[in-house]
Amino acid sequence: MALLDVENLSIAFGGVKAVQNVSFSVDPGIVYSVIGPNGAGKTTLFNLITGVYTPSEGEIRLDGQSIAGTAPHALALRGMARTFQNLQICMNMTALENVMVGAHLKLDRNLIKAMLRFPSLARRDAQLRDEARELMRFVGLEAYWSLSANSMPYGALKRLEIARALAARPRILFLDEPAAGLNSKETAEIDDLVQKVAESGITVVLVEHDMKMVMNISDRILVLDYGKKLAEGTAQEVRENPDVIAAYLGSAV
Amino acid sequence: MNLLRRHKPLLVLAAVLLLLPLVLPNNFYYDIAIRMAINAIIVLGLNLLIGFAGQISLGHAGFIGIGAYASAILPTHFGWHPLLAMLAGAAGASAVAAIVARPIFRLKGHYLAMATLGLGIIIAIVIKNEATYTGGPDGMAVPALGLMNFSINGEKQWYWVLAGLLLFSFWAARNLIDSPFGRALRALHGSEVASQVMGVDIVRYKVAIFILSAFFASLMGSVTAHYIGFVTPNIADFFHSIELVTMVVVGGMASIYGSLIGAVLLTALPQALSTFEGWETVVFGSILMFCMIFMPRGLVPTLAERFGGRGEDN
Repeated sequence: MALLDVENLSIAFGGVKAVQNVSFSVDPGIVYSVIGPNGAGKTTLFNLITGVYTPSEGEIRLDGQSIAGTAPHALALRGMARTFQNLQICMNMTALENVMVGAHLKLDRNLIKAMLRFPSLARRDAQLRDEARELMRFVGLEAYWSLSANSMPYGALKRLEIARALAARPRILFLDEPAAGLNSKETAEIDDLVQKVAESGITVVLVEHDMKMVMNISDRILVLDYGKKLAEGTAQEVRENPDVIAAYLGSAV
Repeated sequence: MNLLRRHKPLLVLAAVLLLLPLVLPNNFYYDIAIRMAINAIIVLGLNLLIGFAGQISLGHAGFIGIGAYASAILPTHFGWHPLLAMLAGAAGASAVAAIVARPIFRLKGHYLAMATLGLGIIIAIVIKNEATYTGGPDGMAVPALGLMNFSINGEKQWYWVLAGLLLFSFWAARNLIDSPFGRALRALHGSEVASQVMGVDIVRYKVAIFILSAFFASLMGSVTAHYIGFVTPNIADFFHSIELVTMVVVGGMASIYGSLIGAVLLTALPQALSTFEGWETVVFGSILMFCMIFMPRGLVPTLAERFGGRGEDN
């Protein structure tokens, strides 16, 4: 059974139909990429699936259960995590604390216990600190672990978002342009990192402009254009699809 | 173990509070120290809401008023024990905060400021108008606070009570910000959408911290009422709310030390400026403007960055 099922999903902002009748499904354990020109609706699609927007029409199912319109914090509980195209790092916290927030749902969030610093809570926090450092090492940020997030370079913050998302121990991870704004060396490193994440058993849904990276690591690819599904299939199938070539090159070949 | 390192700030504060009486020459100075401590505890709670969670309340004096008048009315008119009245006041303030918080925290920025401002004003008006119970604008006397045959009397005894309460609040506030709850609170300030996606129910957290700060404000209202022995509606008015927010901002938003420094400075300043006779408000205002222009992040964060490099390791 597919892990994620999207059926006839649509959303309109005023007169603009940002996503129209998009359907696809993602099997567990694969890397699924969403590509398309700027403004094709890729990030909107992510926002719909992760609960940031409520769809105007259509259905989204996780493990066969409908999740359309569920609040983001409730979706996190069901194993969904994501990163953002425009960085959403908490600049008022340290890098390590950002990662620790990722594990929010795995922790005792009681206010009274927190104020009185119950030993159980302090122990778990110390343990979490180690886990968070381990995750920062995993994404290649061990050098930054004690720094405040606002003193980190852009490339490192992109990785920090991935570490934070991984701290939630998600089953399905949505990466929104993890390589945007990075140079080719950094892009290659992110490429490796995404593969490492996928190998660890997490289903990855990826939005990315870097075609080399997408073709390289995706099991399946969805192509969007003007909010509509243009094509779907393996890298090979998508590459040979005349509609896709037309959309990217501007005319049929 | 790093237990000593962790508790160093707490020990320093304890030492200061312990040694302070050695240099306080008379009851006038004790009185100022007590007022500083009361404000510091309220500001610690308010800074959790404003500085750490990034919300705003321009009506917190209303909660102080609820506590103060609960401690005045319940023992006087209904014969309650003062301690019970104090707890009832805090519970009442928390209940008011809980009821209004859900709709209020759907708002952001200026709208949230206006809504909390309105809440504070409503509480102040109720206190002023219910003259049968509150004595109206003239205020009313408050019985002494005590347990069994012992009651707290005089500045020296009150000083030690407040020193203990301040130490506890300081410890608890530091614990809170370095906990899963506290990190979620700071995260929703940093990025609401990211914290939601991480599983933080942001409205719940905003509501919880609002209730907590209201609870402590009310307790301190009760303490103030018992300490002074008399309450007037001024304790709940808008200017008192503004004074408290100013302490948060001048001391430093999202800074535990800043809360203490802000409360100490702005409690002492009017006294220190009394030599300016009639012009003290002008000087006071000028100092605030100067602070905001040259250190918009507040005293402690600005100075910590300039001299310590790393700032506070909360």
